[in-house]
Amino acid sequence: MEQSRALPTEVDLTRPSAARVYDYFLGGAHNFEIDRQLAEQIAAMTPNLADTMRAGRAFLRRAVAELSRLGVDQFLDIGSGIPTVGNVHEVAQEINPEARIVYVDIDPVAVAHSRSILEGNPRTAVIQADMRDPEHILREARATGLIDFAKPVGVLLAGVVHFVPDSDDPDRLMAALRDAVPAGSYLVISHSTYEDQPQEMLDAQKLSARTATEITLRSKAQVTAFFGEFELVEPGVVHMPLWRPESPDDVDEHPERFGAFGGVGRKPVAG
Amino acid sequence: MALSAAEVSTSGAARYARRWARAIARRAFVPMSSDQVERLLTAHAVGLAEALAADEFSDERARDVGRALVEANLTEPGTLGWSVKAVAEHLVDDVVPGLDLPDLPGRLAESQAALAEGFAWALRDRTFAQQERISRSAWEARDQVEQALRDSEARFRAVFSGAAIGIGLADLSGNVVDVNQAFADMLGYSREEMREINVSVLFHAEDGPDVRQLYEELIEGKRDRVRLEKRYFRKDGSELWTDLAVSLIRHDDGRPRFTVAMVQDITERYALQQRLRFQALHDPLTGLPNRTLFFERLETVMQDPAHDRRVGVCFLDLDGFKAINDTLGHDVGDKLLIVVARRLAEAVAGAGHLVARMGGDEFVILVADVDQDGTAVQVAEAALRAVAEPVYIGAHQLSVSASVGIVDRFVTDGAATDLMKAADTTLYWAKAEGGRGRWARYDPERAAREATSTALAAALPAALSRDEFVVEYQPIVSLGDGTMRAVEALVRWQHPTLGLLQPDQFIGLAEETGLITRLGQWVLERSCVEAGRWHAEFPRARLVVSVNLSARQASDPDIVEHVAAALRVGGLPPELLQLELTESAVMATGGEPVRALRRLANTGVRLAIDDFGTGYSNLAYLRQLPIHTLKLAGPFVDGMRAQDPASVVAERIVDALVRLAHALGLSVTAESVESLEQVERLTALGCDSGQGLYFGTPAAPGTITGMLQKRELPAG
Repeated sequence: MEQSRALPTEVDLTRPSAARVYDYFLGGAHNFEIDRQLAEQIAAMTPNLADTMRAGRAFLRRAVAELSRLGVDQFLDIGSGIPTVGNVHEVAQEINPEARIVYVDIDPVAVAHSRSILEGNPRTAVIQADMRDPEHILREARATGLIDFAKPVGVLLAGVVHFVPDSDDPDRLMAALRDAVPAGSYLVISHSTYEDQPQEMLDAQKLSARTATEITLRSKAQVTAFFGEFELVEPGVVHMPLWRPESPDDVDEHPERFGAFGGVGRKPVAG
Repeated sequence: MALSAAEVSTSGAARYARRWARAIARRAFVPMSSDQVERLLTAHAVGLAEALAADEFSDERARDVGRALVEANLTEPGTLGWSVKAVAEHLVDDVVPGLDLPDLPGRLAESQAALAEGFAWALRDRTFAQQERISRSAWEARDQVEQALRDSEARFRAVFSGAAIGIGLADLSGNVVDVNQAFADMLGYSREEMREINVSVLFHAEDGPDVRQLYEELIEGKRDRVRLEKRYFRKDGSELWTDLAVSLIRHDDGRPRFTVAMVQDITERYALQQRLRFQALHDPLTGLPNRTLFFERLETVMQDPAHDRRVGVCFLDLDGFKAINDTLGHDVGDKLLIVVARRLAEAVAGAGHLVARMGGDEFVILVADVDQDGTAVQVAEAALRAVAEPVYIGAHQLSVSASVGIVDRFVTDGAATDLMKAADTTLYWAKAEGGRGRWARYDPERAAREATSTALAAALPAALSRDEFVVEYQPIVSLGDGTMRAVEALVRWQHPTLGLLQPDQFIGLAEETGLITRLGQWVLERSCVEAGRWHAEFPRARLVVSVNLSARQASDPDIVEHVAAALRVGGLPPELLQLELTESAVMATGGEPVRALRRLANTGVRLAIDDFGTGYSNLAYLRQLPIHTLKLAGPFVDGMRAQDPASVVAERIVDALVRLAHALGLSVTAESVESLEQVERLTALGCDSGQGLYFGTPAAPGTITGMLQKRELPAG
């Protein structure tokens, strides 16, 4: 079983990949015609989606920078996709050149790409794994030797948990990840939501679900629950642009239009 | 290189950059903080302005800015548009206000062109690089996956070809896709031949409907694996038993795709199991089913819930088999059993009846369906006929017969063990009827009677030690003067639950079991004690006590001593004791009893023949016996009734018997005297004494004592 999940069964370039579509929305050229077609379809139905992705990327950058300044020097980025610019290691290592980052993605092409751009950076590693198998992720992450699970870890889940349907028991997966790290560790989550969204947006979302990988929209309460016993840092779980903006210009008049919540939690000392 | 009058304004550059940054942020992902972007763009604005205001104009700086935008990931086409437009519209006013050069419009145009050119070249290079990188990544990923698949495939191949168990892959239509050498070897085909085979060819009618159904469920995806023991036939037609496990391989979306079969050759184990099972359920000598299998089948039939179902059992036993074993040897006996077993099987097994050997020379036939009353009897007769044919073993011609006990009844009438017990009993009846080659049919009433008798016989010894027997006395009266001359001692059993039992209910049993000797002795002693008491009290009555002596007692060598001891203990003179013997007890035996009778007679004890006229008396012989009295059997006296024409005949017979007795010097006692008329006629015929209801029923000793007292009173 473990073997079958660890090993991709095929690389099908005739089907679009979520990682490459994401790259396209961020202005990258790491994508193929089939990915761009899908991206354009989605963009036509949900005009805000590109903005949402950019906002998500910005949220991640701010969160990683914040954690780095707080002294976190090892990160586990699950669902890292195809990092073009502004990657976690770039952000973190700019603040602390000693920071170590392990990227995890399910897409074998994204993984191969990450390996090629991370060549020569000894403080990074890439794992191909399914986020529905946290035990596998943790085992592989330990095996890289880059992350010391006795010290605080920044666990990053940017725009990825909404790919896990309720039937795959995301609460269990989250609990496994929370349990694996010591007190003082941080959890960063951004997650699409239906809250505060206009009806036409939700209709479009449903439509997009048919063409792309299914996304499960969740409420603020559900997203908050993913943090478990972790203590949320200010300002809590909020629409992404509202999480510690760096300048007033960063905050849109309608932060809810990005359709996703972001938050950061810290694991308290047990007892 | 003199500078122009206009100076670069730092604050103007910052203003220009802020506007620029806002325009960009609305259009593209900026992987930097707003401050960083503004700092970057301010530097670019200053650079552009300085180049514009330089003495000698160069568009290199503008080209660099275009390239730098791309490198900072500010690649959105709108970014370029705004940037180009802003150079013409705002750069001079914001950053170098008042700049006035004759070729300023040309310089602005060249700056715009260079910025766009630099941006385009950089974007093109970046796009090529990223496209190449993602393509290479895709191929690498694919290679890696394929390598993994090849490794996996190689491992699977190694397992597949090297496995000792047979592995086969078939598609959903049943076409064999591939098999390993082990599978092919098991079935005796080449792998190429196997790949031409459809799975359906490997199914057989003997597999039963379950196997096909399980397979159907598997390929329909209703189950993921099946495991069973299945028989195959090899190419050469021989049989192969396997432990078969079939698994379903599905497509990613769950649709059934292939079946994988894994087979292990268990032919030897299966054969051993079969052999062990056969041995456990069959008789090794004859090969017939044994009692275990018989009872298994019988139980199955008995558990049939149909209430009107009848089942029959024929329990067969060879007549005189022990003699054959004893005289011709066990070897011949065994061979005979084999022949009989075969004949029985041929005779009745064909009709669907199970023949089993129960042990020894006992066989049993299960008639599982008795459709009509005589079915089981027909089966039994067929079995008897089959056995009756002469059997040739070596030089011996054996004439064999058997007896059969038949039971047939409803399956609801009791347990299998009861049925077999009944069959056993019935076989005993068939044997007891004497002849050979007979059958008997179970009779529940007879069985019940026998069961009671058996229970009584079993209880007899204990009853004797517990003193459950009592003796009653019936008067024997002189027909001449009407005085009581004697009493006959009659034993009764005061049974704790059945009440007072008459002698005919237990004397026969006592004789069969041999207890009659002890019982008879007990009666003799008790009678002598009682009679001794009467004699002591009423010596003038000369009352004789008459005690029955069984044939077995009579032939006891110590009988004379026993009698003498009883007389001594009772204090009874020998002439006051009369012993009654039946005709058969006296006649059937030769010398010894007669000698005993003489010795008894010599002690002074009187002897009588009981029930005279019902046996076959040798009248000549009678003359030589030391007999004193004949007791005429009841039926003669019964026949003497008024108005009955037959009574004339009865009367003549009695007349003749009385004359005969008197001629031999014997006295005559008539039994069963019930009426005055009978008394008168018997008296007229010269009969000496009588006994019966008319003179008194058997009574307790106290009653006799009372009668004796009454007789003394008038005289005393």
